[in-house]
Amino acid sequence: MPAPIRLRELIRTIRTARTQAEEREMIQKECAAIRSSFREEDNTYRCRNVAKLLYMHMLGYPAHFGQLECLKLIASQKFTDKRIGYLGAMLLLDERQDVHLLMTNCIKNDLNHSTQYVQGLALCTLGCMGSSEMCRDLAGEVEKLLKTSNSYLRKKVTLCAVHVIRKVPELMEMFLPATKNLLSEKNHGVLHTSVVLLTEMCERSPDMLSHFRKLVPQLVRILKNLIMSGYSPEHDVSGISDPFLQVRILRLLRILGRSDDDSSEAMNDILAQVATNTETSKNVGNAILYETVLTIMDIKSESGLRVLAINILGRFLLNNDKNIRYVALTSLLKTVQTDHNAVQRHRSTIVDCLKDLDVSIKRRAMELSFALVNGNNIRGMMKELLYFLDSCDPEFKADCASGVFLAAEKYAPSKRWHIDTIMRVLTTAGSYVRDDSVPNLIQLITNSVEMHAYTVQRLYKALLDDISQQPLVQVSSWCIGEYGDLLVSGQCEEEEPIQVTEDEVLDVLEGLLVSNLSTPVTRGYALTAIMKLSTRFSSVNRIKKVVSIYGSSIDVELQQRAVEYNALFKKYDHMRPALLERMPIMEKTATNGPTEIVQTNGETEPSVLDTKHPPPVTQPANQVRANDLLDLLGGNDVVPVIQTTLPTKPASAGGELLDLLGDLSLTGIPPMTAYNKNGLKIEFTFERANPNPNIAVITIHASNSTEADMTDFVFQAAVPKVSRHSLELILKCLIMKHSRVNSLFNQNCATVF
Amino acid sequence: QRFKGLGITIRFILIQNRAGKTRLAKWYMQFDDDEKQKLIEEVHAVVTVRDAKHTNFVEFRNFKIIYRRYAGLYFCICVDVTDNNLAYLEGIHNFVEVLNEYFHNVCELDLVFNFYKVYTVVDEMFLAGEIRETSQTKVLKQLLMLQSLE
Repeated sequence: MPAPIRLRELIRTIRTARTQAEEREMIQKECAAIRSSFREEDNTYRCRNVAKLLYMHMLGYPAHFGQLECLKLIASQKFTDKRIGYLGAMLLLDERQDVHLLMTNCIKNDLNHSTQYVQGLALCTLGCMGSSEMCRDLAGEVEKLLKTSNSYLRKKVTLCAVHVIRKVPELMEMFLPATKNLLSEKNHGVLHTSVVLLTEMCERSPDMLSHFRKLVPQLVRILKNLIMSGYSPEHDVSGISDPFLQVRILRLLRILGRSDDDSSEAMNDILAQVATNTETSKNVGNAILYETVLTIMDIKSESGLRVLAINILGRFLLNNDKNIRYVALTSLLKTVQTDHNAVQRHRSTIVDCLKDLDVSIKRRAMELSFALVNGNNIRGMMKELLYFLDSCDPEFKADCASGVFLAAEKYAPSKRWHIDTIMRVLTTAGSYVRDDSVPNLIQLITNSVEMHAYTVQRLYKALLDDISQQPLVQVSSWCIGEYGDLLVSGQCEEEEPIQVTEDEVLDVLEGLLVSNLSTPVTRGYALTAIMKLSTRFSSVNRIKKVVSIYGSSIDVELQQRAVEYNALFKKYDHMRPALLERMPIMEKTATNGPTEIVQTNGETEPSVLDTKHPPPVTQPANQVRANDLLDLLGGNDVVPVIQTTLPTKPASAGGELLDLLGDLSLTGIPPMTAYNKNGLKIEFTFERANPNPNIAVITIHASNSTEADMTDFVFQAAVPKVSRHSLELILKCLIMKHSRVNSLFNQNCATVF
Repeated sequence: QRFKGLGITIRFILIQNRAGKTRLAKWYMQFDDDEKQKLIEEVHAVVTVRDAKHTNFVEFRNFKIIYRRYAGLYFCICVDVTDNNLAYLEGIHNFVEVLNEYFHNVCELDLVFNFYKVYTVVDEMFLAGEIRETSQTKVLKQLLMLQSLE
């Protein structure tokens, strides 16, 4: 059989293939040749064949039949064989393969080989892909080698130990003795790997962490020497001595100083020194500075040092290198809560980053900008952010719009400014605004009483320009429905009032109803707005006509509304003015924390108190005279969890607000007796809050029909799916004999739906 | 979710050309063959659409890729989100400079015809998902010694 072709030959041949099919054919031919060569157990060419196989594997072709051959190569005495064998093992023999463990013995022998390069190969393979079993078997060998004075091997074995610890954390103790004098090494490479090992051990075990805290002074000294020492050519990078080692030491210091005041203090000076003395002209220096900043922010550093760190980040923001701007923004975002004032000083630079070309920088700059908005800078910041909103990519618009609304709500300097800002967002990014903003905006507008005329005018004008952005259209229609009378009477104070007739307004609203651009939700808004205008405008007949047309609309929602409005005209005309009158000021939803009622559909069992979820432990009620009565709240028992259904109308965002008539046709939830024993009766009644139907109001009626007072009555509601409070204290009082106590419990419908 | 909390720093190192051919794939974590293939394709897709106005860092699944383009080759290191981006950028550059020195003005073909030697260079500079040796002179010395054993 002719000698198998050389590796170079094969590579050259394969590269001449012009199509994928041609390549595949060549590969198959060669694989077949290799397979027969393997079958012949040819020692001479095994290495060459496996090398070729590995090349083909790198191109993406299967090479499993070569696995055992790799093992044979590892077992060979020739270095070249071993080398390819181990490479093959690393590429083909990960721990999922059955033959993986067969390597263990070979590796064990090679760890004790006389040639350091063979030992190195074994260590490398073990350290890169040794399985847990293999690590367990060979940990002893690794530990032995840790004591070697051969620096080439020390570096490899130290990292190999790191791998063993990662795979089999229980063995960490075993390596403790070997760490005794790790840091007294002079050799940089060994020192480097030793620091990595220490870092790994400290990160994994709090005991190790406390044990190694005593090394802080030594680490500080080493770092100091690195900075002060002169030119050391071997580890120099752009004039800085061994930046990689510096970075690793800084990281270890971070872990050691993290929750420890003494250690943090001990490293204070050196951190300041590194921060001020490091060259910043190249990326290398900045890498060290960055690690220093991360360390300063994480340990218990004094405030002066923290300010220094933030100033470094601020300088980073001005750097030409976008990588550096990026890491600065990332870190500033993490610290903006804790060091708010210091970060504020760099606000203008951060805002400039909104104009950066890189998407990830823009995003961070945006998040950071929102975090920095406060009462003092709101006007300036909002100008920048609105400009950003105009020009940014669509992926940002939704988040930016939400951020603007939130910030405006918190810090608006005046109502007029607030409305203007909202208008700006709706008109420039109207289609990206989140659905839940619409009801919030409506509420805001309602509550700004003196701005009603101005608002409806501006919204009307916006509608004339553009009816494609649904949130804008929805808010506008609602406002026109509500304040249309102000619009036609030209009462606006803030700006020049426009001249518009009732018919023009109705034209616009009807236009929305027929336009293809309007979604069903929007049409609902428009129809209801038209209806509301029947008590504000005089052209009632026109409105009646529109309403009756839609009584036969295909859209069921629209049809239902139209039919009900029709009924309002015909049979309940006496109620119409009252129903459609101006909305009162809405209370901001007074939810008691982000609680939710468990909702199941269709079950309104009045007396059954099942728990669907494992009940949380209740706080023991205070000492009570009638103790047995309150046992169910007293800590042993099940806490009653209320199962309710709230009327499940298709929740059109904000549509519910307008659906005052909805309540007329719905039956609502019947009152329910939750508990009735031994004279204590607890009843729940449910209704929608008026004016804000997004809130369900649950009234708890607790009555005491006994001859004795019930003192220290504690009522808590347990809700299963919640962030902060799992038990809500709702009612704590004294229920006098023969009396009744009521308490309200508000719940936001929106969260339930 | 699998990748979190394993304590490894470097998950993998990749060298790919613009067309997507892998010139080196060093894995420090267990992946199936098809997972590896998928990762290679994803990294390639993510990295080749970026140009000079982007940073050298990409958020990728639960971690991040630090990469740099040298001529037609992309050198990518996949690290944890908490790792120092700038330091690993230096690490890549260090590695490339060694390759350059070892192969005397390295080009892609050198990496193709001597692929097993490239792995040797990687193994001299990285181990167990960590940077091992950073001194270029030392690494080159070792490489020459190893070469003499062949």
